[in-house]
Amino acid sequence: MLRTFKADLHVHTCLSPCAEVKMSPLAIIKQAKACGVDILGICDHNSAENVAAALQVAREHGVHVLPGMEVTSSEEVHLLAWFDALEPVQQLQEIVYRHLPGENEEETFGMQVIANADDEVLGFNQKLLIGATTLGVREIVEEIHSLGGLAVAAHIDRESFSLLGQLGFIPGDLVLDALEISPALSHEDAMCKYSFSLPLLQSSDAHKKEEIGSCCTRFLLERVSIEEIGKALRGREGRKILRW
Amino acid sequence: METIMTLTEVVERLGLRVVTPAGSGDSKVTGGYTGDLLSDVMANSKAGNLWITMQTHQNILAVAKLKDLAGIVLVNDRQPNEETMRKADEEQVTILSTGESAFSISGRLYRLLARP
Repeated sequence: MLRTFKADLHVHTCLSPCAEVKMSPLAIIKQAKACGVDILGICDHNSAENVAAALQVAREHGVHVLPGMEVTSSEEVHLLAWFDALEPVQQLQEIVYRHLPGENEEETFGMQVIANADDEVLGFNQKLLIGATTLGVREIVEEIHSLGGLAVAAHIDRESFSLLGQLGFIPGDLVLDALEISPALSHEDAMCKYSFSLPLLQSSDAHKKEEIGSCCTRFLLERVSIEEIGKALRGREGRKILRW
Repeated sequence: METIMTLTEVVERLGLRVVTPAGSGDSKVTGGYTGDLLSDVMANSKAGNLWITMQTHQNILAVAKLKDLAGIVLVNDRQPNEETMRKADEEQVTILSTGESAFSISGRLYRLLARP
């Protein structure tokens, strides 16, 4: 039976240097639960090291977590990746790490905290997660798809780090699954402004606790999986995106 | 006021390397535009401008074509990938390159085109 799921598919954790330190996996899941969010996409910049903890907490609290990542391409375009399980996102992380130069400077960019499910600090990621990989947009999208994930261009309405801002228009050879709108635009405005053949969805891009669930997409699905969300994006078999 | 030069003259005077000679060297360089955000270049560059950028994605060719730019200068010795090279031939867009930074080559182009 199909039912509605409220999804915030772009949320950062304390691993992202630009996110609040109190965005621990535990705090995020509790906040999502309190806001009635059914599906949470954990998408830190160029890393997925807090996904395992988020998955563990999510199971305990009855929230679905999609293991994900926000990858920065060589063109400085932000791309979102979502998967069904921890393994493929870790494989993507391996590829990303091999193509991500530089070291983080905490004082300039912020701390990159790796946490466990009990809100304890396990360590600090030393890579320059805020930086760009040397992978082009097409290479990244192809890697995401070959690992069984969905590939989405992040916050296309923003000028910085967006597909449209950096590259002017959607490259003809790029096979994306959807386009994400930032919370800056309303549903009506986004529908008026963009007439792409790709589906639009919206998420909070939360860097602070109170932003979680502030901007969601509602999906009509049978259950939570990449296959079901993929069907909803394509409007297949009754699965669809409802008004966000 | 600016001096109008042909692309070939500008290439010689600035010591640029020609990566894809597809476009016309006789086209007039009306000025320059420097930027890596293609949305900005689409909005603000003018026909005949020489575009200085470090962006190498193949979308640069469509932008150059759309805005009728004189050519593209890639800075810091950045090289376009094979696909961009192939497309440049197809689209008849001249790609040039330099080891200089965007700041330095923009300054030199400005001095070259500005009347004393």
